[in-house]
This record gives sequence, structure tokens and C-alpha cells, in this order.
Amino acid sequence: MTISADHTAPGTAQAQPGPEQAEDIYLPGAAAEAVRKFGITAEDYMLPARHQIQMVDQDGNLKHHSEQGTEPGHEYPLPGDHELLTAYAQLVIGRRVNDQNSALVRQGRMAVYPSSQGQEACQVAAALCLAEGDWMFPTYRDAVAVMARGVDPVQAMTIFRGDWHGGYDPLEHKVGIQCTPLTTQLLHAVGVAHAAKLRGEDTVVLAMCGDGATSEGDFHEALNFAAVFHLPVIFFVQNNQYAISVPLAHQSVAPSLAHKAVGYGMAGERVDGNDVVALLAVLDRAVKLAREGSGPLLVEAHTYRMQAHTNADDATRYRQDSEVALWTARDPLSRMRTYLAGRGLLDDDGEARIAEKAESVATQLRNGLGEDVPVDPQDLFRYVFSSPTPQLKEQAALLADELARDAAGAASTAEASE
Amino acid sequence: MSPSITTSSEANGNVSSATARAAASAAATAGAAGPQPVTMAKALNTAMVHAMQSDKSVLVFGEDVGKLGGVFRITDGLMATFGEQRCFDTPLAESGIVGMAVGMAINGMRPVVEMQFDAFAYPAFEQIVSHVAKMHNRTKGKVKLPMVIRVPYAGGIGGVEHHCDSSESYYAHTAGLKVYTPATAADAYRMLREAIDSDDPVMFMEPKKLYWSKDLVDLERLREDYEAKADRGTSMEGRAAVARSGTDATLIAYGPSVPAALAAAAAAAEEGRSLEVVDIRTIVPFDDETVAASVRKTGRAVVIAEAHGFASVSSEIVARVQERCFHYLAAPIRRVTGFDVPYPAPKLEHYYLPGVDRILDAVDDLQWED
Repeated sequence: MTISADHTAPGTAQAQPGPEQAEDIYLPGAAAEAVRKFGITAEDYMLPARHQIQMVDQDGNLKHHSEQGTEPGHEYPLPGDHELLTAYAQLVIGRRVNDQNSALVRQGRMAVYPSSQGQEACQVAAALCLAEGDWMFPTYRDAVAVMARGVDPVQAMTIFRGDWHGGYDPLEHKVGIQCTPLTTQLLHAVGVAHAAKLRGEDTVVLAMCGDGATSEGDFHEALNFAAVFHLPVIFFVQNNQYAISVPLAHQSVAPSLAHKAVGYGMAGERVDGNDVVALLAVLDRAVKLAREGSGPLLVEAHTYRMQAHTNADDATRYRQDSEVALWTARDPLSRMRTYLAGRGLLDDDGEARIAEKAESVATQLRNGLGEDVPVDPQDLFRYVFSSPTPQLKEQAALLADELARDAAGAASTAEASE
Repeated sequence: MSPSITTSSEANGNVSSATARAAASAAATAGAAGPQPVTMAKALNTAMVHAMQSDKSVLVFGEDVGKLGGVFRITDGLMATFGEQRCFDTPLAESGIVGMAVGMAINGMRPVVEMQFDAFAYPAFEQIVSHVAKMHNRTKGKVKLPMVIRVPYAGGIGGVEHHCDSSESYYAHTAGLKVYTPATAADAYRMLREAIDSDDPVMFMEPKKLYWSKDLVDLERLREDYEAKADRGTSMEGRAAVARSGTDATLIAYGPSVPAALAAAAAAAEEGRSLEVVDIRTIVPFDDETVAASVRKTGRAVVIAEAHGFASVSSEIVARVQERCFHYLAAPIRRVTGFDVPYPAPKLEHYYLPGVDRILDAVDDLQWED
């Protein structure tokens, strides 16, 4: 069976293959583009490179080009110095935020915090690869990425302090509300991209999920819709090895999660998720390809959830300390610090400035989350619909009356006791 | 609700089905211009055509809605008229359809999606409950989801299993969803136009056994009235219709059960009993005022619904009427609903569906003697 570039994606409305082409398999638009662009076969474009892409090793050394895991059609130029320094600053801030929030949970200032400690490189690269006007659809573990897109830190943590709303305005920041039901947000990303494409805009959308989430039905539906409609969506899977307690081996026996891409007719790639240099290289290229019309891509980042699922979880019940130690050595921050210092891009002054910035964000979080924000019980009814129904107005009045009587009761008790 | 809404206004299409159907057959023979016999299917199709003409952000998609025009032909001709960018087939995945519609609505579109059958919409349930219903609230009103999910629902068409569920209670129970269900062609047109223009998400429940029933309707006139906002303030949302006036008891029905209620009222009239029929039209928001006014007037009520009675829209209606009308009631409120069994295969559905005899039996049981 041969693959032919004669047939294009359904969106381009080409005629169905005739009987003389019956042996050919249908070649999706993304693959046709790759064949044209990179001179490789469609399978070689869609399948991930044989090895994960890694540019800086765990000791902070830039790997030789021949050892980075690249192949023809899977080649990644080193990101620019400015981008790397920005990324490092965001890494430091992200780590500080993770530490600070874990402390705030222990102090009862946050209800829950799913920490991305150990995954900060993924968080930062996901935010930095996008241009202004692009959209991001994060999960509940992606607060650091949300902040790195410019959302106010305190607003980004609104859900985790137990407030009733998502905090920030998704339309203002082009960042979806951090999504708890797994992979449901990937379809929203597909819809945002589809709407933009219909209007002729060149918006790229980055849709985030974890390894366990790839078992969900909406993961499949989102990837398939994005591929069939040939949409500029990057599906970014942070494979942190665990879905709460269940290891990846119980979710999937695919050669890698990136290999799932070929089943949808899109390109997949694996990257070291603790190497922010490689992450930026891979995601920057994915965004560029998507913006140029190559269709959706799937990027799997190999990383590790250093903390338990949340503060309510006990990771010692399902994994060994020795495994955690292995990943401590692969820390994304320390290797980037070594790499940048080695290249003369980062000195003690620079490090101090970044630390100061990180500390100010931590202070902002402590102050913001330490403050008791008064709640308005009438907010219960205000936003269910664009305007409250008669039934909701009735219920709002009921609650208002109840509270007024409570207040009056409290006042008269106080008076009596005087 | 104002009295002008409860009295039938032909301009707004609030004619009773029985009257409209009689007039429809007369008009068909006369071949007169103006009001024509129109199926509910045609009214729904025309509503989408007009909405797409008025607003470029209106998109229609789902399974088989393109070339085929939908398995019920409700989207017939939309792809040919508006092109494959505005009316298109999707992969066969209901969660995908609704989830993508959420994203499109976030990004400035007004998607109108079709679930092929009631029971095939269940894969989309998580998207509907966790996102469609909650997005406005969890973003403090910053993100609106102006989207319509059309669901052909309920039975009476001889459909095999999984094709005839009455799923309205699931949606009505979910805070944040509006639930519309028309019973006449004119209401179908107007309600779908309003649903598409609404900034809130609407579950649009289409009684599939009424798709081919005709009413006398002037669709162009309906369009002019709607688009000129000539009837501003007479939105059908939250407004039930008195489909037939009466004095002795109120039959409360919606969607597929409205014709059965009207037929029962006609039969009761021959026996000298005057029954009022209230067509709920929008389950959410619910028109307590019209329903309560009718029951206070008649003092007796029977709620009719095809869906299972247990924990359903019909139980909700009974509870609301009881809370508001207790001192006016001459008898306990009765219900005539589907039995609490899975929707039966065509060979048994006749026994399941609330029919005229069962409704009249319930009316007879309403303690008519002191």
C-alpha cells in the first residue's frame, strides 16, 4: 500500500478517490503538507522521532546536535538567548509559586493546591511558545502556565482558595478557566480554533492535559475533530507518570503517548519535559507549523510530579523514594541554571534580580490569599443565566430575607445583652 | 404573564393546534396566500434559514446535517444555501459536537448543534452539565455561551430502542440550562429564533412525533414580526400558552403531550366538561404565573407528560402548583405520565403513551362531587 499526496483533507472538499486509486490510502492535509515541506513520508512526519528530543542533559550540558534525538523532518533549532533567559526567570518564579502555595495550603489559606513542582519547564514553555492573540486551555495543575500568560497570580489561584468562580476573565487573557473534568477543555480549544479559522484568523490554540487524561473519551474526540477539520491546535500532554496513584502502564500500552497522533493523521513528538530548551524548541516549531496551516500536533513531555497529587493525597502509598530521587536529579531549574551560567548568560546579579522578582510574586500571593475577601451571598444567583429567572429571583429574595432576619436577631440579642 | 399573551393571537402564532389544523386544511384547498399549512419540521428549518441570514455567526453542525439534511430533514438545504463552512457534518461523536460548540461560542459564534436522537445525546452529558450549564456562572458572566442544542425527543413514531427517550428532565434538573419545547409549528419557529438569539445556552427539545403535523402559519409574517421586534416584550421564554380555554379543570402539558391534552379536552367538551389546556412551552424558565392562574380559576389540574413520572418535570409541576394553589384546589392534582419503565419497543408503546382515555380517566377521578 502506498501513500499518495493526491488526496487532501475533507475540509478541502476534493473528489473521492476513483477506482483506479483504490489502492491508495487517504492522505490527510497535515501529511501532504509535511511531504511537501520536509521531503519525508507521511508516516515519518506523523510518527514521533525514534528518541525523545533532549537538548540540555540533566547536568546542564548542551548535547551535541547528533545526540538530541532529531531526525529529518523532526529538527529543532536552539531557541534564542532572550527566550531562554525569560524562560529561566519564569521557571524560578514558577518554583517559588509552587513552594508558596504548598505553604499556604498548610496554613489553611488555600483549600487545595495541585502542585506542578517538577513540571515547571512544561508550564513555562507552554506559555512562552504562544503569541499574543493565541489561546491556552489549561488543567487544574497548570496555574503556573496561566500566570506565565500574564494572569494575575492571586486571580489564577481563585479556584484553589475555594471561591465559587474561576478568578480571571478568559476572554481578556485568552486563557480558559483551569479545567477539572479531564480533557473536556480540549474540545473547547478545538472550537476556539475552529471559530478563528472560519473567520480567517491565524490564532493558534494550545490545549493541555496529563497522561492519565489520555484515557478519556474527550481526548480522542478532540484530537479527531482537530485533525478532521485541520485546525491549528497543539495538544500538549504532560506525562508526569501518574494519574493520582495509577502509573502510566495502567493507562496505556502504546509505544508512547506521542504515537497516538498517527492514528488521527497528525504529527506527534516526544520531548524531555524537564528540559525547557528542548520544550521551547519543540513547541515553538509546533506553533509555527500550526499557524502555517499544517494542522494539529501532539507533543508529549516526559516529566514527573514531584509532589503528591494534591495536599489531600499520600504519594508514599504508591511510589518509592528511590524513584522520586531519580527525578530530583533531573530537576528542570538546576540544569537550566548550570546551562545558562556556563554560557555566560546568567551571573549572580541576574540570578538575584530573578530571585527578587520571584519573591515579590510570593509576597503578592501571601498578601492576596491571606486577605479575607468578603463574600456576597447574592452572587449565588447573579450569574447562573445572563439575567436571573423569576424562580432565581424568588430564591434570592428568600435568602435575603433569611439573612435580614438573622441580622435583626443578632442586633436584638446584642441590645438585650447591653 | 399578561392576559394578552394567554389569549390567542394569530400574529404571534398562539393559535390552538386544533384550530390551526382545521384552518390549515381549509387553506390548503383554497390555495390562499398568507397563512399556509406548515409542518413543524418546515418551521424549524425556516427558523434556522432566517437566523443564518440575519447573523453570520450562526453555524449549524452535527451528524448527517449536511448533504442529507439530518435524519429528520430539519437542516435540509442549509449546507447548499450557506456553504460547508456554516453547515457541516462532524465526526460521529456527540461530546465532540457539544464540546466544540462550547469553544466556538467562547470565540464569537452562535452554534446550533443537532443531537441525532434523544438517547444518542448522552455521550455529550458531561459537556452539557459541567461546561454548557456552568460556564457563565464560573466566569462571573464574562463568558456567555449563546448556543442551542437541538434534541429530537420522545416517542410515538414506532422507533426502536434508544430512539424515543424523554430526556427533558435531565436537562431541566441542571441549573444553568434553559429548556424549550414547542408544540406547534408557529411556536417552533419563534422559539427556535429566540433560542438562537439567546445569550444563554438552550436545550431545544423537539417532539419528533410532531415534526410532520401541520399548522396554519405565515412564516414570512412571523419573521417580520420577530425581526422588527414589533412584538417586543412578548418573548415566549417563560411564557406558557393557554392552548384552549376552559373552566372546570386545567390540563397542563408540554411538547409531545399537548395534542393529547387538546384531544382529551375536545372529547370532554362533548360530555359537557370544560377543560383548559396550558402548553408550558419553556420548561426552564417555568411560567408559574400562567399555570397558577389557570389552576386557581378551575380548581382542578391534571399534568400530562410522556416522560416517566418519577422524579420528573411532571412531578416538579405538581409540586409548584400545590405550593401556589393549595387553597384553590377542589381535588388532589393528578398526573398522567409514561410508566416508570424503559421506553418500550414499538409493539408496546401504545400502552405506555398517555392517551385521551387515560387523561379522561384522570379527569373523572378529580372528586367532582362534594
